[in-house]
Parts: sequence; C-alpha cells; structure tokens
Amino acid sequence: MSVVQIKDVTKRFGETTAVEGIDLEIEPGEFVSLIGPSGCGKSTLLRIIGDLIQPTSGTATVNGKPARQARIDRDYGIVFQDAVLYDWRTVSKNIALPLELARWDRRRRVDKVKEMLELVELSGFENHYPWQLSGGMQQRVSIARALSFDPALLLMDEPFGALDEMTRERLNMELLQIWEASSSTVVFVTHSIAEAVFLSTRVVVMSPRPGRISNVISIDLPQPRTATTREEPHFFELVTAVREALHLGHDLERAPV
Amino acid sequence: MSTTPAAVQPVPRGGLGRLVGRRVVDWLPAVVVLVGVIGLWEVLIRALDVQAFLLPKPSEIARTLWDNRHELWTAGWFTFQEALGGFLLGSGLAIIVALVLARWRLLGAALLPFAIAANAIPIIAFAPITNTWFSPLNKSSKIVIAAILCFFPVLVNTLRGLTSVNPRALELMHSYAAGQAEIFRRVRIPTALPFIFTGLKVATVLAMIGAVVGEYFGGALNALGVLILTRARVFQFDEAWAGIVVACLMGLALYIAVAALERLTLRWVPSTSE
Repeated sequence: MSVVQIKDVTKRFGETTAVEGIDLEIEPGEFVSLIGPSGCGKSTLLRIIGDLIQPTSGTATVNGKPARQARIDRDYGIVFQDAVLYDWRTVSKNIALPLELARWDRRRRVDKVKEMLELVELSGFENHYPWQLSGGMQQRVSIARALSFDPALLLMDEPFGALDEMTRERLNMELLQIWEASSSTVVFVTHSIAEAVFLSTRVVVMSPRPGRISNVISIDLPQPRTATTREEPHFFELVTAVREALHLGHDLERAPV
Repeated sequence: MSTTPAAVQPVPRGGLGRLVGRRVVDWLPAVVVLVGVIGLWEVLIRALDVQAFLLPKPSEIARTLWDNRHELWTAGWFTFQEALGGFLLGSGLAIIVALVLARWRLLGAALLPFAIAANAIPIIAFAPITNTWFSPLNKSSKIVIAAILCFFPVLVNTLRGLTSVNPRALELMHSYAAGQAEIFRRVRIPTALPFIFTGLKVATVLAMIGAVVGEYFGGALNALGVLILTRARVFQFDEAWAGIVVACLMGLALYIAVAALERLTLRWVPSTSE
C-alpha cells in the first residue's frame, strides 16, 4: 500500500491556481524530494498531504486513509524551514509536546525524549531554551520532535533552507542516518538540486503557474549515501538531469501556446 | 559515542538576585542620579531661597515623612488596598474578556474597535460618577475607577498577544490534531504572556492614579488622596508632599512586584534571564 496517494489534485487560492492535476504515489521507505522554482506549488502540495490545507478538487490519501483522518491519527510529523520551537519550552519539553498531546504517560515520554536526543546528537542540551541554540541545533530539535511519536511519514518543507552550506551538508548526512534508522517515508521540499539528488530515492520536478509535475527522476545512487557520493560522476549526471528537467519546465511555460 | 556540540549560550542560573533582574552594581548609576538630583534640589532651594509653598526642601519632606509616619502609613495602606483591588479586578476581567474575544473571532471583530476607542477615553473623568454610584467613603468607588482604568490596556495587550502567534506554530499544532483548548493552553497563552505583562505594568501605574485621583473627588478621611488634598488646602505643603512621596512609593512597589513576577514567569525570554 502506498504511503501517499495523490489523485488529480488541484488547489486554487481565489483566482490563482497553485497546483493543477497532480498525480503522485509514494511507496513505504521512499525519500521523495519535490523541487521547482518559487510558485510551483511544492509547499502547497506538502500541506495538502498533511491536511493543513484542503484541495479544491481531487483526493489525497495517507496510509490508505483520507489525509484528514491521517492527520487526526497523527500519521505524519512535519518540519518547516524555521524550526518553530516553542520559546517557553526547553529542548526536552519541545520534543515531548506531541507526546503530551497524544497523552503518553510521563515515564514513556522521558524515555522517548532521551532516545530522540541521542538520535539527533543533542544529549546534554535537555534543559536549554531554544534561543540558546544555533540554527542547526534548533532544526535538529525540530526533527526530533517530528519523529518523536514514530510517524510513518515525515514531511519536510525546506528544512535546511535557512542554514549555511556546511551545516546543511552535515544535517543532510544526519537526516539520511535518521531515515535509515527509523525506516520512515520522507517527502522533502527543497530549492537545492544537489540536496535533492543527494538525499532522495526519487526527485519530483515541478513547474510553475500553474504548479504541475513536469518530470520524475529516479535517483539510483547506491545506499547508504556517504560524503564521497557527492564526488561520484553519476551524482553529477543526475544533478545535470534534474537541472535540465527544471529548465525544460521553465521553457515549456514560456513557450507561446 | 558522538561528540557533543558546544552550546551557543550558557544555561541561565536562577537566584534571588535575578528575581529583580540585576546585580547591585547595575543599579549604581541610577542611585547616583537619584542622590544627585535630590542633593541639587536641596542646594538650589537653599541658594535661591524658594518659598516652601512652591517647593519644600527634600530634607523637610523627609522629616515630615518620618514625623507623620503612622498617619501616612495608614492612609497609604488604605489607598494601596483600593489600587490593588482595582488592579486585580480590572486586569483579571480584562484577561478573561481577551480570551473570550480571541476564541470567538466574530465577537472580537464586533467589540474590539469599541475597546480601542474606550482606551482613548479619559476614564478618570468618571471618578465623580463612581463616587455617586457607591458611597465616596467606601473603597468600592475607588476600586471601580481603578479597575476601569486597568481594564483597557490589559485587554488590548492581551488580545494582541493571543493573536500574534506564528502561523507555523499553529500549523504545527494542527498537524498534531490539537483542539482549540490545547492550542490556547500550549501556544496562544504562552505567546501572549510577555504582552500581558506589558499591559499589567501599565495598569499598576493607572491603578494608583485611579485610587488617588478618585479620592480627590471625595473619600474617607484616612485616605491618601484626601490627605494630600486637605493638607495642600491649609498650606501644609511639606505634609502634602510627604503624601505624594508615599503615593509614589506605593505605585513603585506595585510595579516592582509585577516586574518581579514577570521575570520569574518569563525565564525563557533572553532579556529577562540575562
């Protein structure tokens, strides 16, 4: 059964069509990146999967359920570009928030938070407040929080977009390790071609106005990806393929009808 | 085992000194200014031979303050109770109303313009009216005027706080399938707290003004406002000034109490913990 199934989804905001006629299926264990220029509707699509906005027409299914039911069942965790940590909560308490809402008892919460802190390598920072952490550390807390209740699906909306290149590459590596360890499915929105190719099993290329899927490229780089993956010739070939797909999307849009 | 990255900022340590916020050294410049101004006041009045009814010497005010300490304390305590009662009543109601208006937006949209307009009304002008609603000798008349004065700034600030939540923070709560009650408890109210304290600090000052000025329009004989007014009428300006000093100290005490509570509550805000 697919984790995500999108059928003929269209979303309009007033006069503007954000996405149109989107069909997409994501299988368990996949790491799918949505890439495209600003305004191509990739964040809109991510929010439709998460039932944070509802499609104008078409259906979105998560784990075989309507997206709304999946949200209520807490089937996914989400990470935004900003860490969106709650300033009044310590690192531990931020990670524990979804667990509190899911009515986990205290003992289970404490154990799980400890495990998540080890996963994102932030042990020792339990009692820090968000403002005491660097941007990269804040984003790691945000990822730990999204994964704390073991969701089948992780939605990420440009999670490393605000970070510097070095932090970004390090967190890319960490994210892949977390993905392998947690065996969850990831939908990842990004602006960066290299990031999409490095992380994904599949890259979905989108074109703007209205947002459509213009190409889907399988990334057949061997797993697990390592620091040297970025130096392999095939990595560059795939980066080139995605780049060309992106420009093709642009040209089609600009071509006279 | 993985290497532990270094913290960007140290964990702030709590302590009694932190309660009011600063170390003694940090207060030194302010103390120097205070002593300097009082000294200059004393010297200028002596040098220019200013009449006592225009402005008494600080030393005279201080002596009167000491000599009449029992009477002044009784009057001050009486008025402070009115101010505190009005502050608690007005601020408490304002926070409850703000929660209701933030929860049901349509109601907020219908009523908020009036709240903002009412905030601009010189409410102290109603003091003679509340004196007729209740007996002027009764504390209630001053509590009501102080409460009305406190109500609007706390309402407007609280409402702004409750509605200025990061949209992503709300999306996150929706992704956890959290209900409105959970969103208020865990996101909106904590976000609003710094705004609420800003409103409360304004309200402390207004509460004291409401109580004292309310008493100018008639009040019990042992009230601070009445004491200041009657002494000024019979040219006992040093006593009137002593009364004003007591009013200032009471207002300051209320303000500092709220500021201390703020520091204690908002430990997560960098500016209050460092």
